[in-house]
Amino acid sequence: MLSLLEESVDTIFGYPGGQIMPVYDALYDYQKEIKHILTRHEQGAVHGAQGYARVSGKTGVCLATSGPGATNLLTGIADAMIDSTPLVCITGQVPAPLLGTDAFQESDIVGMSIPVTKWNYQVTTPEEIPEAIAKAFYIARSGRPGPVLIDLTKDAQFGEVEFVYEKITKIRSYVPEMHVDPHQVKAAAGLIDEAQKPLLLFGHGIIISNAEEELKAFIEKTGIPAAWTLLGLSALPSDHPLNVGMLGMHGNYGPNLLTNEADLIIAVGMRFDDRVTSKVSEYAKKAKIIHVEIDPAELNKIVKADVSILGDAKKALKMLTNNVKENSFNGWLAEFRKCDEIEHEKVCQKDLYPVKPGLTMGEVIRIAAEKTNNDAVLVTDVGQQQMVAQRYFKFKRSRSNVTSGGLGTMGFGLPAAMGAQIGAPGRTVIAVIGDGGFQMTLQELGTIAQNKLPVKIIVMNNSFLGMVRQWQQLFFERRYSSTELYNPDFIAIANGFGIEGQHVAERENLENAVQEMLDHNGPYLLEVKIEKEDNVFPMVAPGASVSDIILEP
Amino acid sequence: MKRDHIITIFSENNIGLLTRITIVFTRRKININSLTVSESAIKGVYKFTIVIRETDAQTQKVVAQLEKLIDVLKAFSHTAEEMIFQEIALYKVPIKPMYESNTIEKIVRKAGARILEITKEYVVIEKTGHKEDTQALFEELNKFRVMQFIRSGRVAITRDPVERLSEFLKERDAYLNSLD
Repeated sequence: MLSLLEESVDTIFGYPGGQIMPVYDALYDYQKEIKHILTRHEQGAVHGAQGYARVSGKTGVCLATSGPGATNLLTGIADAMIDSTPLVCITGQVPAPLLGTDAFQESDIVGMSIPVTKWNYQVTTPEEIPEAIAKAFYIARSGRPGPVLIDLTKDAQFGEVEFVYEKITKIRSYVPEMHVDPHQVKAAAGLIDEAQKPLLLFGHGIIISNAEEELKAFIEKTGIPAAWTLLGLSALPSDHPLNVGMLGMHGNYGPNLLTNEADLIIAVGMRFDDRVTSKVSEYAKKAKIIHVEIDPAELNKIVKADVSILGDAKKALKMLTNNVKENSFNGWLAEFRKCDEIEHEKVCQKDLYPVKPGLTMGEVIRIAAEKTNNDAVLVTDVGQQQMVAQRYFKFKRSRSNVTSGGLGTMGFGLPAAMGAQIGAPGRTVIAVIGDGGFQMTLQELGTIAQNKLPVKIIVMNNSFLGMVRQWQQLFFERRYSSTELYNPDFIAIANGFGIEGQHVAERENLENAVQEMLDHNGPYLLEVKIEKEDNVFPMVAPGASVSDIILEP
Repeated sequence: MKRDHIITIFSENNIGLLTRITIVFTRRKININSLTVSESAIKGVYKFTIVIRETDAQTQKVVAQLEKLIDVLKAFSHTAEEMIFQEIALYKVPIKPMYESNTIEKIVRKAGARILEITKEYVVIEKTGHKEDTQALFEELNKFRVMQFIRSGRVAITRDPVERLSEFLKERDAYLNSLD
């Protein structure tokens, strides 16, 4: 407990159980310093800690017991690993003499979590606790952040030792970041100054290294259009004149199409995920590639870079800005705007301002963004609502978008929104969740109610697992195998938890319903009955080249 | 094109690291052909020698992911030509044919192998060399029915005049101190 206080931990998400009881007992004495959020399931705790970490920039902490408590954390840990989210997960374990004996609620969580943690460690004596915790926090948040798991045997939790805590600032075998090499910066600046059609792609790395201002300064000096990955969203204000939109499978038309026209790609803090690149052998073939990245294992992993800049995005961008000449690319930028017009006419208009009967996800998102003055925190689940929300929500501030990107974890939305609300107490947090994902973790409505967290929950209900259904429609001849849902009365469920809400199914009631949700003091559930077979477009079909992006089926 | 690569990893001595290392290979479905681990010349630093058959590109990516592991100090990959390497093999053969003729003795002499132990029932022969050599000896001896056979993983050293690890550790220390 003292170790956690040394790391300035003020919030823990967790769930007690037999083998973690001594820690919980100690927590009882520190209720003023550390707020413990009792979730309804350990998966809720870990996603809560992720939401908290993503909006606050702090390390999320979660606590669970041994066996099933620990295994229930795994999905969230895997999610945090692939989305570079700093977490310290502390699990209870059977007493050391019982290790390996199949004792009650024993699971080899250290073994199981190896592939999904940045580091993990089992503590079997009380003396090891301070150093293990110090190392855990240092590793979780430094360099490319990630989840760390500390497994505490019950006997280690009981022992009493004199408390000596030393923060860890270096580990011999671990280099969190390299100094940016000025030669590489010079080489990159040369390519940038020569480029005719440069495009900058930015990802989560900008937000993690707090490089938002440096990104802005760089693109404003060079005039280079900038497109974002799912996790880079909100690092650059939506209305910035050089923000040309979203990359990837359901991203915007311009940045996908023109990736294959660009003569220079400057990728910063992103890892060329397959959802971004689609068919790699036909990706950005006309372009030289500059890759700015803190994790050396990401360089040349998917796309071979002509210039690799290893290091922190903030420092690298600052150096690049100092080394490049002022420039502008009005003609090139106009090509993006032309694509925007085409996309708007063929896709967005119908999504955002539909005239046909049946509500669309797009209009719900548009209204929610407008009514919060583009300044809310958006938390999404996974699937169609996620893509639509990321496409149409608007942002002013960084750290305002929380979504499960790399792992695509359905059920992430509600608990992550709960954690985000705790991490950003003064802000409006809007959770956008589908009817499928909502039912995976809706037990956390209990946690939201108990802690009076004013999360605004929008459930987009089309009675389908919409994204899978869309793929079945497009690629499996409309054979809707196991995607139609028989749903409960979501509002009755919310009411059961003491949370107010309402259904809306008619366009004329939508604006008022969203307004009522936002005006309500406390958590609120708005269930929107949307068009059953609405699809998300544009789309880069799996295996296609990014420039083969389609605007309609 | 796939070819043999010898990956050497210098690491701290921490429980669970072997699993972390092998997972980097298994998740890419790469088979480990041989693996040896022992303490290096520097106390507390362990050296893994792993042989895989892979493309150069895939090997580079694996090495980068190995180096990313928190407890790994440094990882290198070499082709077989870039290293001097040996394996050791032990053969247990029945004693009877030894009494009956001098064929086994001739085989052992020719192969540059040596006899470690002789008992009433069997003789244990040792041979160091490359896999082709130890395998060839096995084929020869197996004419007399080898009772047991074991071959070690590969141990290898670079053709570099010095082990650069201690210099590396000094540089690493200086670098870490230079970080803010």
